Amino acid sequence: MATQTSQSLGGLGQSVKRKEDVRFIQGKGNYIEDIYLPGMIYGAFVRSPFAHALIKGIDSSAALEVEGVLAVVTAKELAEHNLAWMPTFAGDTQAVLAGDRVLFQGQEVAFVVATSQYTAADGVERVEVDYEELAPVVDPHKSLEMPVIRTDKEDQKDNLIFKWDAGDREATDRIFNEAEVVVSQHTEYQRVHPAPLETCGCVANHDPVTGHTVIYMTSQAPHAHRTVFALVAGHVGLEEHKTRVVAPDIGGGFGNKVPIYPGYVLATVASVLIGKPVKWIETRTENLQSTGFARDYHTTTELAASKDGRIRAMRVRTLADHGAFNAQANPSKWPAGLYSICTGSYDMEAAHVEVNAVYTNKAPGGVAYRCSFRVTEAAYVIERAVDLLARELDMDPVELRRKNFIPKEKFPYRSPTGWVYDSGDYHAAMDKALKIAGYDELRKEQAEKRARGELMGIGISSFTEIAGAGPRKQFDILGLSMNDGAEIRVHPTGTVTARLGVKSQGQGHETTFAQIIAEELGIPSEKIIVEEGDTDTAPYGLGTYGSRSTPVAGGATVLAARRIREKARRIAAHLLEVSVEDVEWKDYQFQVKGVPDKAKTMAEVAFAAYTNVPDGEEMGLETTFYYDPPNFTFPFGTYICVVDIDPGTGEFKIRRFIAVDDAGTIINPMVAEGQVHGGLAEGLAIATMQEIRFDEQGNLLNSSFADYLLPTAVETPDWELGKTVTPSPHHPIGAKGIGESANVGSPQAIVNAVVDALSHLGVTHIDMPITPWKIWQVIQEKGV
Amino acid sequence: MIPSAFEYYAPGSVAEAIALLKTHGDEAKILSGGHSLIPLMKLRFASPAVIIDINGIPGLDYVKEEGGFLKIGALAREASLESSPVVQQKFPLIADVVKVIADPQVRNRATVAGNLAHGDPANDHPAVMLALGAEVELTGPGGSRTLPVSEFFVDLLETALTPEEVLTEIRVPVPPAGSGGAYYKIERKVGDFATIAVGSQVTLDSGGRVTAAGIGLTNAATTPIKATDAEAYLVGKSLDDATLEEAGRLAMAMSDPSSDSRAPAAYKKAMVKELTIRTLKRAAERARGGQA
Ligand SMILES: Cc1cc2nc3c(=O)[nH]c(=O)nc-3n(C[C@H](O)[C@H](O)[C@H](O)COP(=O)(O)OP(=O)(O)OC[C@H]3O[C@@H](n4cnc5c(N)ncnc54)[C@H](O)[C@@H]3O)c2cc1C
Repeated sequence: MATQTSQSLGGLGQSVKRKEDVRFIQGKGNYIEDIYLPGMIYGAFVRSPFAHALIKGIDSSAALEVEGVLAVVTAKELAEHNLAWMPTFAGDTQAVLAGDRVLFQGQEVAFVVATSQYTAADGVERVEVDYEELAPVVDPHKSLEMPVIRTDKEDQKDNLIFKWDAGDREATDRIFNEAEVVVSQHTEYQRVHPAPLETCGCVANHDPVTGHTVIYMTSQAPHAHRTVFALVAGHVGLEEHKTRVVAPDIGGGFGNKVPIYPGYVLATVASVLIGKPVKWIETRTENLQSTGFARDYHTTTELAASKDGRIRAMRVRTLADHGAFNAQANPSKWPAGLYSICTGSYDMEAAHVEVNAVYTNKAPGGVAYRCSFRVTEAAYVIERAVDLLARELDMDPVELRRKNFIPKEKFPYRSPTGWVYDSGDYHAAMDKALKIAGYDELRKEQAEKRARGELMGIGISSFTEIAGAGPRKQFDILGLSMNDGAEIRVHPTGTVTARLGVKSQGQGHETTFAQIIAEELGIPSEKIIVEEGDTDTAPYGLGTYGSRSTPVAGGATVLAARRIREKARRIAAHLLEVSVEDVEWKDYQFQVKGVPDKAKTMAEVAFAAYTNVPDGEEMGLETTFYYDPPNFTFPFGTYICVVDIDPGTGEFKIRRFIAVDDAGTIINPMVAEGQVHGGLAEGLAIATMQEIRFDEQGNLLNSSFADYLLPTAVETPDWELGKTVTPSPHHPIGAKGIGESANVGSPQAIVNAVVDALSHLGVTHIDMPITPWKIWQVIQEKGV
Repeated sequence: MIPSAFEYYAPGSVAEAIALLKTHGDEAKILSGGHSLIPLMKLRFASPAVIIDINGIPGLDYVKEEGGFLKIGALAREASLESSPVVQQKFPLIADVVKVIADPQVRNRATVAGNLAHGDPANDHPAVMLALGAEVELTGPGGSRTLPVSEFFVDLLETALTPEEVLTEIRVPVPPAGSGGAYYKIERKVGDFATIAVGSQVTLDSGGRVTAAGIGLTNAATTPIKATDAEAYLVGKSLDDATLEEAGRLAMAMSDPSSDSRAPAAYKKAMVKELTIRTLKRAAERARGGQA
């Protein structure tokens, strides 16, 4: 038999084609809208047209007259079952349906259940709600001076949600007081929305006879969602052992499908009440107006430095707008997520970060949008500030970065806010990016163009990301440890079924986790099926977001496989009639040490595991492993953006975008590149077109894709990718996770490029999204 | 995303369509490409009780040159302009505009007539047809009447069409030799409606002087604007920098854009001037036989 290689197995580092694509490209995916159950009925929401109002009454009679409308559920009915409120992942409470007041436009007020989606829509139009409008709190900067929004919370005396800080205030202030150079900039990181192509939805099916409930839902974290369901609604029959949450194929999540939404609860309640399967699925508008937004961080960033360009300290003051309920998805003890990673790639003496979060009359959220818990916001403020400092010092931004990078020798590196960076080689990634870009040539070209009055800019971002939440001593969500399980079953004929507690929404888990197992067990990846998303079958896990699947579930998968290999080795020794110590795992098979042709493949061992086990050994070849990562992983990279601006119209074109990523060991280079492409497109969108905007009355101004923009192939440049590989020293295969780096790293590269193009005019900052009219406006202001 | 209930008719002839309009009056709406009407209906911003789908009427989907005109039938889709040799050869302004309207999927369905009949100043064809001096044929119970397109746009989403009329044909005069046109649209992303756009058409004599000029502005006011002051000013002049500057200024003076999620009014106004200058330059180049 020919020896197996990583390539023949489809193992680590191989660009194996994505298994899931076979069904996706044939239109055979199975999304919520594809699920039809016999007798299924439909639910739709009556939503508040106002951002802030009292509800004086709800009259459902006309709606109930529409033929096919079966029920109209309001907060009153929910309250009878103690279900009018639900906990959020951030430990706040959220109205499932508004009771006496609505707190944001689009808030759920009543749930109409009907025999079809059409009649449900007609019913929604006929529910009459009597509102008395109240003044809304729209501007987060004024929120603390305004009347209390959350009158439902007895101890809430103002609109502050939390005040949180990290780092050393005194040491930081001391350095700032004595610093030779200080730069300061206020930036508004606008509210954006992850806008997954598939909106949120579910089909809930309660069986009144058995008392079992199956909920198919768009869930990035099926297990966590089931547990919350059981905690909140166990008393009405949704006990965990009788409830099955199934996340089928998911059309993108990006953090938007982490929270629990009222629609899931109401579809389930309706199914319990009526005894039929109930489908609820959002329209695009509903998704944009009511589900988890991202960012909305408003920050003053300061850097203290020496005249020769040593960054000494960083001070960050952030105001965070969380909307009407604190429904952000962050680990319990980390209200601002991992934001204190904001010292980024730079070695400095001290830092202090403070975040004040406030309520406003806007949709709740604060989810990740492809960024592990506020890391995008952190990377943005540091990378913008470093550029400002470079300007202030009249230094090349590359030179300043290089001078302050945490040197390779200093890893593991303890940051001034307490993180221990696992590994890094920032200079190498920078060098590679500069080389691909031809940086010196570009600067020369820029100088020539500038002399001719043409506008061209080069923007750099050397970001550090933090992924893989997280070690259970520090990380939980509502008390649930952020560990994840992997179960591997090797079948008698040598094929494998593996099940994970995470849930792919497009990341390619079915392919990449099979590759990990192939590498560890010597079984071809095409013989390995990876299943996720069904709480009845998959081991527990907290789901997929925050680039945690590979760092956490990937670790679990490797260690489960190695546990299997241990047992397999004993069986192999039995088959080879030698002692276990004489058997080694080499070339993806078990060999008698020094006698390579006395060997057994994993498939042979698997068969023996069910037919010929040695005495004292249990039959079978399967295991489950729960992985508690010892630390986070710290992916990083350098991105370079080249932009040309039309001075007459402010239109700009991203001519080139170079992205060099280091995510440690790469499992599938093609899948990793795909992740980077997607993240870059989102970063471009955030930097240049996306913003969830409200008018003064709190009306959402962009409630469809006509106004909330997604870039197309026309707007996206030809991404030029590169990579360096600095494995994580603590992860079983050295992988760090790549899902979110590109979104974390890219927006500021674009902003820096545009500002760089205009810097000789005295422009120091432009808030995102950067549009032609904003550029034109600053050009006018500078009197050019 | 689900419209209110409506009655649906699919007439087989224009006469039948008009009869239906006569019966249902204000309650009824013509459906052609549906790419303006259906979005309004699914958001329930419009809830017509009766839909008269004219897509089944034979013989209305032509684009042809006849009697000194480019004739565009009521059911000619945007895409058929894109592929029309006459348009490619003689109407660079139209060739420009069809490439920047929406996306190929929309253009396969949306009609040029619907684009005008919708009366939306953010649509691109109105400005182009104004610049080209087109006329429209409106057919009602009493027969047909012809109107210069400059008299067609009444107010926001309001045209000279009476509730009983169908826009049956658009006629664009074929420009004489020495003509050229160009369209410039600033948009937030491909397929978007214009933040602001300008279409210009010029005819030059052998000395390079303007003998005729047409300038249309998209999304520059509550109706599409024909920049008549600039057009009149240009006649008899050579397109030197000072002349272009003044034409741009005059066009800008006729615009009255409002601030919206696309851009503030001040930007749009300034861009009317900038784009007028740019499109006039390009139109003149094309008139002189440069790239069409
Ligand atoms: C995603 C998207 C992007 C778009 N982008 C652009 C763009 O960039 N630029 C642009 O110009 N347009 C754009 N459009 C609009 C598109 O071109 C429209 O379809 C077009 O404006 C209307 O043509 P229609 O055939 O679809 O008309 P319909 O939607 O069928 O009708 C529009 C209106 O005109 C009336 N009507 C239609 N035909 C007649 C007729 N023959 N006689 C009398 N009344 C009639 C209808 O009753 C209705 O009130 C976009 C549309 C979409 C969906």
